[in-house]
Amino acid sequence: MGIKESRSDRIFDICNKILVWFFIVIISYPLIYIISASISDPQYVNSGEMWLFPKGITFEGFERVFQNSEIWLGYRNTIFYTLLGTFINLAVTLPMAYALSRSDLVGRKLIMALLVFTMFFEGGLIPTYLLVRDLGLINTVWAMVLPNAAAMWNIIVTMTFFKVSIPKGLEEAAEIDGASQIRTFFQIVIPLSAPIIAVMALFYGVGHWNQYFNALIYLQDRELYPLQLFLREILVQQQLTTELMQQAGTAEALSQHARIADIVKYAVMIISAAPLLIVYPFLQRFFIKGVLIGSLKE
Amino acid sequence: MKVAEQITVPNQPPQKKKRFNWRKIKINWQLYLLLAPGLIYFLVFKYYPMYGLQIAFKNFRAVDGIFGSEWVGFEHFTRFFNSYYFWDLIKNTLTINLYALALFPISIIVALSLNELRDGKFKKTAQTITYAPHFISVVVFVGMIIAFLNPSTGIVNNFLQFLGFEPINFMTEPAWFKTIFVWSNEWQNLGWGAIIYLAALAGVDPQLHEAAKVDGATRLQRIWHVNIPSIMPTIIILLILNMGNLMSIGFEKILLMQNELNLSSSQVIQTYVYETGLLHGQYSYSTAVGLFNSVINFIILIIFNRLARRTGTSLW
Repeated sequence: MGIKESRSDRIFDICNKILVWFFIVIISYPLIYIISASISDPQYVNSGEMWLFPKGITFEGFERVFQNSEIWLGYRNTIFYTLLGTFINLAVTLPMAYALSRSDLVGRKLIMALLVFTMFFEGGLIPTYLLVRDLGLINTVWAMVLPNAAAMWNIIVTMTFFKVSIPKGLEEAAEIDGASQIRTFFQIVIPLSAPIIAVMALFYGVGHWNQYFNALIYLQDRELYPLQLFLREILVQQQLTTELMQQAGTAEALSQHARIADIVKYAVMIISAAPLLIVYPFLQRFFIKGVLIGSLKE
Repeated sequence: MKVAEQITVPNQPPQKKKRFNWRKIKINWQLYLLLAPGLIYFLVFKYYPMYGLQIAFKNFRAVDGIFGSEWVGFEHFTRFFNSYYFWDLIKNTLTINLYALALFPISIIVALSLNELRDGKFKKTAQTITYAPHFISVVVFVGMIIAFLNPSTGIVNNFLQFLGFEPINFMTEPAWFKTIFVWSNEWQNLGWGAIIYLAALAGVDPQLHEAAKVDGATRLQRIWHVNIPSIMPTIIILLILNMGNLMSIGFEKILLMQNELNLSSSQVIQTYVYETGLLHGQYSYSTAVGLFNSVINFIILIIFNRLARRTGTSLW
């Protein structure tokens, strides 16, 4: 607008860039460190000689992890829970959100009030656990997907999308032409809702992928464990299963034990987090869209 | 879609005797069908546990069931209030959450700062990087914290020793627990938390900025007098929502970060419920403790929503 940037504004710009760089460095350093540590000799990692770029490059950590059958088992279970769980989430969330988005749903306000109430008050850990137990879901796949079949926040986001983005006229036209409401939903609304379906699949999917607590309280059988529970043993409880430790029974067992523990540690972090971190930049716009729709006021 | 063959006729002749609402429900029965799976889910998995809360006032025995167990009134609550760890739990729960709340402005600063970037590409890259930690699972994240803070092999202590300090055993030192928990949370979520403010900032009327420019306002002044007031409603709403969780932030992460040595600082109400309820099987007692937590949470939410209403922004 013809008004020249003043000196103070240019100083501001420089300071602001420094601030942003500060955030970037703070956030990326630990991530880069893990990547470097996962392919470095633990000797350099532990002594602090490796502090940014990999040193004494070795892929032993990854080799050990890939040879480990429990990691694969966990991976397989996690993928299965994520797919099944997300499918159930969508099958519940989309129709419900659509019904709630329609103004001709009698009792809409009451139903909404009852649903929103659950966001702020809940039965809590023990009553929910007893319910899952009484339903006979303990130690089954269903305990991993049914207690989280829908999240109210996501339903509100989806409902807002339907209200804002699907032209009312289209639905009315379809129904005047004799389409039933269910048919309108499947043949008119769903095909127009690809963005929100992607957003919801991602939100729910990430939740399932990273979930550990339900598995911790509902599953006992190791065969059913998701990846996160195996990671918890390795990273948090610092137990290495005998399989990962094989060859470590000899004289210098102890130091060997520590060495393997260290080298495996960073590799499993990468293996668990990598799929999401690699895929996420490409899907970033969907995630952001989800947050944005959520911020729209009714 | 086979179901879709049935066609509802919107203009059925009105049956005068029935009430208006019933006719509308009848016409819209398919909407209720779409609603049904979700409604059943919420009734079973959200409302039935609320019914189960009554065991907080009973002596729950599995053989008698929730309904059949014997009433004991407020016995479990009095036992909790009189227990010696009651005040420790309250103190830990409140300080951790208030500490986290105090860092609330960081995401706002990140958003304001990103919003001022002129270079679109740099802005996008900065966003991608700052959002990334949000996707790391809590288990891996706690694993990272433990590895970095390891007293003999962790990078943090290596650095401290390099500077000539004594290594600190952060994870087993109660005094460090809250700081580690809260700041690591901030590391993971400062970017993600900024998204919503960035959206609000994108909606600021450019005319306000033009007017301020004409009046000779510097960029810093425009942030202070234009941007911040414009996103105030968003800030207040998020603050209320955070208040509603005042006693329940990050329970799953705290549980993972706990060990016997830092327990005096890391035991919060929810981890205590988990321990007494699921590990020691005191269902009724732990339900009472959990209910106490939820009720306090709910009351805080209502109070803050009331207060916020005076500023013209509220949840309901």
